Formats: sequence, C-alpha cells, structure tokens
Amino acid sequence: MEKLLDKFEIGLFFWQTFLFLVLLFLLRKYAWKPILNSVINREESIREGLESAEKAKEQMRQLKEDNKVLLAEARMEREQIVKEAREAKDKMISEAKDKAKEEGAKMIEAAKAAIQAERNAAVNELKSQVAELSIEIAEKIIKSEVSSDAKQQEIISAAMKNANLN
Amino acid sequence: MTGKKILFSLFFALFIVPFSAIAAESSHSNDSTVSEDNTKSEIKAYINHHLEDSYDFSIWHAAGLEFPLPIILIDEGLHVFSSSKFHHGETVAESNGKYYKIHNNKIYRTDAEGTITMGEYYHPTQVKPLNFSITKNVASIIIFGLIIFLLFRSFAKSYKKGPIPNKIGRFLEPLVIFVRDEIAIPNIGKKHYRKFMGYLLTVFFFIWFLNLGGMTPFGIGVTNNIAVTFCLAIITFIITTFSGNKNYWGHIFWMPGVPVPMKIILAPIELLGIFIKPFALMIRLFANMTAGHVVMMSLIGLLYVFTNWFARGAFLGLTLFLSIIELLVAFLQAYIFTMLTALYFGGAVAEHDDHH
Repeated sequence: MEKLLDKFEIGLFFWQTFLFLVLLFLLRKYAWKPILNSVINREESIREGLESAEKAKEQMRQLKEDNKVLLAEARMEREQIVKEAREAKDKMISEAKDKAKEEGAKMIEAAKAAIQAERNAAVNELKSQVAELSIEIAEKIIKSEVSSDAKQQEIISAAMKNANLN
Repeated sequence: MTGKKILFSLFFALFIVPFSAIAAESSHSNDSTVSEDNTKSEIKAYINHHLEDSYDFSIWHAAGLEFPLPIILIDEGLHVFSSSKFHHGETVAESNGKYYKIHNNKIYRTDAEGTITMGEYYHPTQVKPLNFSITKNVASIIIFGLIIFLLFRSFAKSYKKGPIPNKIGRFLEPLVIFVRDEIAIPNIGKKHYRKFMGYLLTVFFFIWFLNLGGMTPFGIGVTNNIAVTFCLAIITFIITTFSGNKNYWGHIFWMPGVPVPMKIILAPIELLGIFIKPFALMIRLFANMTAGHVVMMSLIGLLYVFTNWFARGAFLGLTLFLSIIELLVAFLQAYIFTMLTALYFGGAVAEHDDHH
C-alpha cells in the first residue's frame, strides 16, 4: 500500500484528470452525439422500413384475398347472367313458337273462312249464271219453238229434264 | 491506409520490436563477459524502467530515438525547462537559481552538487516540488487522446454523407453499439442510459486504446499507473454519487425490507461499499495491466537468461501466446471497467425495489 502511494504521482493525476475531462467533453460534443443520433436514426428508419414492408405485405395479402372474392363473385355473376340469358332465350323461343302456332291457326282459320266465303260466292254466282243461262235457253227455245206448241212442249220438258242440276 | 493494414502493422510492431529493443539494450553489456546474475538484474531494471513513468519520450533508447519533454515544477514559483537538462537523470538541472535532481524517478530540490541526503527508509529528506511535468505518460495520454478524438470525429463526420459510416466507422460502430446494447442498456435501463453514454464510451475507448498502447514496443504503460486508474475511478464515483436518487440513498442508509437492527448494521457496510466499489475498479485495472506487463517483460527477459536454443524457442512461443492473451486482456479490462461503471450508474438511478 505504501509502495502504491509512493508511486502515486499528483502531477500525472492532474494531467490525466484534465486531459480526460477535455477528451470527454470534446468526444461528447463532436463524436458521441452525432454517432449515437445517426445510429438511432438509422435503426429507426430500418424499423420503420421493416414495418412498412410488413404492412405492404399484409395489404398485398388482403388485396389478393379481395381479388379472389371478387373473382368468385364475378364468376358467379357470369354464370347467373348466362343462365338467365339461356332461360330468356328458351322462353323467347317457346313464346315465339306459341305465337307462330297461334298465328298459323288463326291464318288457317281465316283462310278456311275465306275459302268458304269464296265458295259460297262462286256457288251463288254459278246459281245466278245457271239461272241466266236457263233464262237464255228458255228464251232461245221459246224463240225457236214458239211456233209449234208441240215442239214447245217437247222443248220445255227436255229442258226441264236437263235443268235438274242442283 | 485501411484499418486492416493498420491492425496488421500493429501486430507486426508488437511482436518484432520489443525483441530488438531489449536486444539493443542488453547488447552493450553482452559483448563483454557478463555473468548470469548481471543479466538478471539488468532484466529486473529493464522491467522496472518499463513500468515506470519517465521524463523523456524514448522510443528506442539504443538507436537514439528519444525526445525530451517539458518539466513543469511549482516550487516558490513556476519552473519550466526541458528534460534534456537532466541528461537521463544523470546530472543536476538548474532553473531560476534552483537545482533539481531526479532520484528514484522523482524530482528533488538539491544544491548545485546534487547531494541527496537519505532519511528514514531511504526516503530523501530533500524538498519535493510539486511536479506537473509532461512526462512520457502525460504525452502518451495526449497522443492517444488525439488519436481517439480524430478517429471518432472522422467516423462521426462520415454520417453526414449517408447512414453508412466510413471504413474506420465500420470497424468502430459495432463497438459503439456493443457498449450501448451490451453494457449501458442492460445495466442502466432504457430510460436513463442516454445521459451516461458519453462517459461510458469515452472510458471504454480510452482504456482500450491505452491498454493497446501499452502493448506497443514504445512502452506506453499508462493504464498500469495508479494515478490514471484512480482518476477514472474517482470520476465514476463522482458521477454515481451525484446521479444517485432517493431509492439509491435509501438502500444505503436505511435498507428496505430488513428488520431494524439489520438496517443499523447494514448502513455502515453499504456506506463503505460506496468507496470500495470505485477503489476495486482502480486496483483491478491497475493490477491487471501491471501484472500483464511484468509477465510479458519477464518472459522476454527469460529469452536472454537461457542460452539453450530449445528453451529460447519455447519462451518465444510462450511470449507470442501471452501477447495474444494480453490483447484479449486489453479489451477485457476496458469492458470490465465500463461494465462495472455502468452497473454502479444503474444502481444509482434504479427506481424500483426489484433488484436484490
């Protein structure tokens, strides 16, 4: 202990204290502060970067999931639309068919009615023509046969025989 | 020069130069017929010389690579003169009408002839002026302080260019983060550590660099000097004491959670502990570095004691091995000092009763 105290130099102690404090002050101001601040800033930025990357990843995942849902929805909708379209088509076709059938039937009916009417008209005309013809014949007969009664009689009976048409 | 190159040259210097230095030192006596005892005492003197401070900066004594340093004495006035006046302690130096002589590495006021009268226990009775000389250790502290400051300043500046530091910074930054994450935060806590970071980092790098400096062949053993470790320990003590909160003092004077008689017994023990803790810090660093140097120097010295080449080879290997261990110790002691300092700071600012 005594040897230790003997070795203790007050001058060295003074200089060491003085120089160390100066070094401490200078380093604190010009080295440790900027170094620690930079290190902390960098660590902060790395942490933030990692966090934002994680967030982006999460967002990406969310987006993908959303896309999946959207895709599924779109597919379902498409199927729905296709189905509806098919149904509409079928309905339209059947409706058209029905309508056509109906229309046809109506037309046939109308044609039938028209045919009937035409026929009636033709028959009527024929009747009237026959009547006229008969009258003409009758006239002619009358003109030619009028001279003799026998002949007249013969003609009339013959005509009557032939005229039994209807 | 890159950090790698610097490190490599440091290693090189570390292993090669001490041998050449000691070889040169002992060569002048080795040419004549020297007895083994002579070598041994020479080695002992060499080790002591290496451990002690000196008044001139000698890099390689034999090659004349020496620089005188200023002597500053306060003895009824200020005396400033070059240490070359002492001629390595062999002559008396005169300044402003007063005469000084170096005896046992201390400066005493003497007369013109330089007579030193011995008192009890071989302590000179002469007046010992207040010695504020820039000794080799002080010069080393200045040099290393400058190196540390310039290194970290350039490192800090390089952050202005971007978030990645320069080459020196890439080596030093992990150490700064190591001090923060492994020493400061676990011991002090996230809430308070910021205000102690400056001191912890400074003390860590100061001790580490000076420990490494002590391993260079220039023999700058600053951290194996009690005055230096005392200074560091007392700063730790002052900061701990002044940052101590109510809880800290409560634990010292009135330990919570123990019966009253125990409180009374514990108070003086705890009070003593305040002083023992930094005292242990001081002794630990001093003793570790001194022991390391003594062992290293002794092993190098043994190379000259043995004439057997096999033994010399073995000691050379051992010296190399121990040099590497000492490199580790240099770091370890800086770490331990900083760690314990942080632990004491942590105790001083702790807020809860959760540490027992």
